[in-house]
Amino acid sequence: MQAAALRPGTAGPGPWIAFGLILAFLLLFLILPVGTVIYTAFVNEVGGLTLGHFANFFGQGVFRESFFNSLWVALATTFFASVIAVPLAYLTVRFEFRGALLIQTLGVLPLIMPPFVGAVALQLIFGRSGSVNLLLDDWLGFTIPIMDGLVGVTFVESIHYFPFILLNLVAAMRNIDGAMEESALNLGARGWRLFRRVIFPLAMPGYLAGAALVFVKVFDDLGTPLVMGVTNMLAPQAYLRITSVGVDDPLGYVISVIMIAFSILALWLAARVMKGKDYATLQKGGSALQKRRLTAWESALAYGWIVLILLVTLAPHIGILLMSFAKVWSFSVLPDAYTLEHYVTVFADANHMIGNTLLYCLLAAGLDVVIGTAIAYLILRTQLPARRWLDYLASAALAIPGLVLAIGYLRLFKGVQLPFTETPLVGTWVLIMLAYAVRRLPYALRSCMAALQQVHVSLEEAAQSLGATRLSTIRRVMVPLMAGGILAGFVTSFITAAVELSATLLLASTESQAPMSYGIYLYMQSISGRGPGAALGVLAVVVVGLGTYLSHRFVERSRATVQAKQEG
Amino acid sequence: MHLNKVSLEARHISLSYGSTEVLRDVNLKIEPGEFFALLGPSGSGKSTLLRLIAGFNQHQRGELLVDGQDITGTPPHARNVGMVFQNYALWPHMTVWDNVAFGLVERRETKDAIRRKVSAVLELVGLAAYAQRRPGQLSGGQQQRVALARTVVIEPKLLLLDEPLSNLDKQLRVQMREELKNLQRKLGLTTIFVTHDQEEAMTTADRMAVLDKGILQQVGSAAGLYDFPVNRFVAGFVGTANLLEGEVTAVDGEMLTFRAPGVGDLTLPRPEVPPALGAMALAFRPHQVSIRVCDEQVDASRLWLSGRVESAEFLGEFSRYRVRVGEVAMVSDQPHYAGLAMFAPGAEVRLGIEPTQVRFLDR
Repeated sequence: MQAAALRPGTAGPGPWIAFGLILAFLLLFLILPVGTVIYTAFVNEVGGLTLGHFANFFGQGVFRESFFNSLWVALATTFFASVIAVPLAYLTVRFEFRGALLIQTLGVLPLIMPPFVGAVALQLIFGRSGSVNLLLDDWLGFTIPIMDGLVGVTFVESIHYFPFILLNLVAAMRNIDGAMEESALNLGARGWRLFRRVIFPLAMPGYLAGAALVFVKVFDDLGTPLVMGVTNMLAPQAYLRITSVGVDDPLGYVISVIMIAFSILALWLAARVMKGKDYATLQKGGSALQKRRLTAWESALAYGWIVLILLVTLAPHIGILLMSFAKVWSFSVLPDAYTLEHYVTVFADANHMIGNTLLYCLLAAGLDVVIGTAIAYLILRTQLPARRWLDYLASAALAIPGLVLAIGYLRLFKGVQLPFTETPLVGTWVLIMLAYAVRRLPYALRSCMAALQQVHVSLEEAAQSLGATRLSTIRRVMVPLMAGGILAGFVTSFITAAVELSATLLLASTESQAPMSYGIYLYMQSISGRGPGAALGVLAVVVVGLGTYLSHRFVERSRATVQAKQEG
Repeated sequence: MHLNKVSLEARHISLSYGSTEVLRDVNLKIEPGEFFALLGPSGSGKSTLLRLIAGFNQHQRGELLVDGQDITGTPPHARNVGMVFQNYALWPHMTVWDNVAFGLVERRETKDAIRRKVSAVLELVGLAAYAQRRPGQLSGGQQQRVALARTVVIEPKLLLLDEPLSNLDKQLRVQMREELKNLQRKLGLTTIFVTHDQEEAMTTADRMAVLDKGILQQVGSAAGLYDFPVNRFVAGFVGTANLLEGEVTAVDGEMLTFRAPGVGDLTLPRPEVPPALGAMALAFRPHQVSIRVCDEQVDASRLWLSGRVESAEFLGEFSRYRVRVGEVAMVSDQPHYAGLAMFAPGAEVRLGIEPTQVRFLDR
């Protein structure tokens, strides 16, 4: 009887216009650039289809090595990130103890620090002549080469990306109905077996979603290996080919296609394994997993693990902070002398970079939530044919490395001029901003979809039956109720765009339009620039933190206004 | 607050989703000020019909008239038809006051008018003290009242209620039923409500329509539908009924003969309008079937059949027996009083059917 209603909102041209605009945006700034990249990898000089570039690629030892190195690092990072995240997730959901708050902090801390910034700081702490190894050498007479080569990349990436698994896993575990566990207990399962046979399988979709994301991110990461001087991986190779040989070199495109293929493969595998396993079992009126108290021993173990992770996670933050104040810091546990002059340098030289970051990221995140909300509305509240395709297209950006998107932009928009001006599009910051927006759209879209799904259709129908037009319903009921989700999407987009490096490296053509991430990278290139680079890194972290806080406040206030208006 | 009474008329309304027909040629007239129920099982199309009146569904054929004016194609927000949703659909981000004021704000009423009307309606539903609460802080019954207040405050032409009592526990349901009836009487608003619960429909509504499989089966008062169902579905859905399949083989003066396979030929008084010869079902209510031990002296005006008790249920006011007569099962309800012994399963009994209460159903 509650037949899938012909939802309101199908009538009128509004949805069609929105659909057309979004489709045009995605085609122009995602599908066409990526298509160009793929096409280029498969054609020869005279325009015929060929696999020759791929043969050429696998024929060269350095590329084969890079390929296997990237694969190895991505897999190893996924493994180590899981080792860090799974116990933490289990602890938060399953037990009642104060460390839960610490774990929540742990989940955000690494995300606000760009991994390539962290890499530099970690060198100083865990590197061959970093603080930890100096102490170990002094006291015990040995060192741990954890920051060298591929191991180092894996180490840095694991620390940076484990929150993706942690957050997804916690969300999934929170959705498990306590009755699931209770019936398992009732049937005789307990302890480790209970976790292995019931809880972890139920949380599997969340884990896989996070793990696949980590794999993709690491496989595609350019900044970290580049900063650490590891060039025998795929992304650095592609970058070096494009920047040294030029935008017409086919091998850069071959690498791009391989990166896209593996990203899609990983996401597809995760989706395939999860297919038909929507385990959100929490029933209406059901309660989540029972929390129990830890015994003294368990507490000690739990806190031990958390403190260890916290220390390692905080190491880049502490390291970068020390570095930004250090006058000289080499071959010593702590800096020898402190100074403020790096900050003076940064404020004198790099003010505009902070402004650029704010400008690009606010615009990109704003664009993302507007498009995200519109797509969510079209999909969930209208019957437009093919509306699902907007979701598929937008989500496809997840599998596109920033580097690849940037290469696509450079090639596709070569020679295109900004409308009404003589300025070439490729030289402007507009492309940087658009690359950010396209790359972060999937996150914003997910948030907006989830938020709208939680708003029961009858809440909007009630508004309409009380005389609210569609726009009025969207403004007074839908958006306020979605505010939390839209905000979450905005913040995620903003933060992640602010620390984006791979697309920026290729797209920033002049120093004046460079955002902070690019500035940090430039500074870090020279030993003498490390101080100012660190200072800028600290500022980036502060800006990201502040941006998060401000947008939160802003949305809160707009929400209050919506309510105040109705007090009348 | 006393509102204009309007009529509602559905003419030849049909609606389908793809190849699924949800409503088929529905014709219905609801009088001004009437409290009208749409009754039917899940999937009968009753909610679809209600949502169609609110404007959330569009019928593909037919006309929908409010006071003679076709509102087909009018968007929901321009219909001035108030709807109370099954889950109440209160906006969690607004206080009770803001929820109730919503429609008035949309109508650009003055602050003064809004204040006056919202206070009045909250007073009416007894929630004046709760104006600044959030919906989440209210009980189910209170939320229900807020939803009602929010809807009637805009002085709608029609009040639509979608399963209004289904989310309340049993005791509260009876109480809210009363309140709903009183409120409707006080406002005089033409009200249509959807329910799958025949008791709810019978106790609350002036008249009701029974729907099944998208087809309007019968319209009438509770007693009318109960006493004179037009087909097997209505007989079985409104109250409980014994249905005895068979055929009328002969109509002879004052009497007729009904042949029921597995039971035998029954002789019954001819109803005023004699049924046609042919396949038919007899319908009669369990409480019009008395049950006696085999050798007891019996009232000769009843139609007596021998059978064997299959099961017995004690329900307090009465006991319900399932009795096998030949090859068919019949249900008999016996009023209960202290000291009356129940028949045990397996007992040989005679069932006495009151012939004047038997209905002939050819559909």
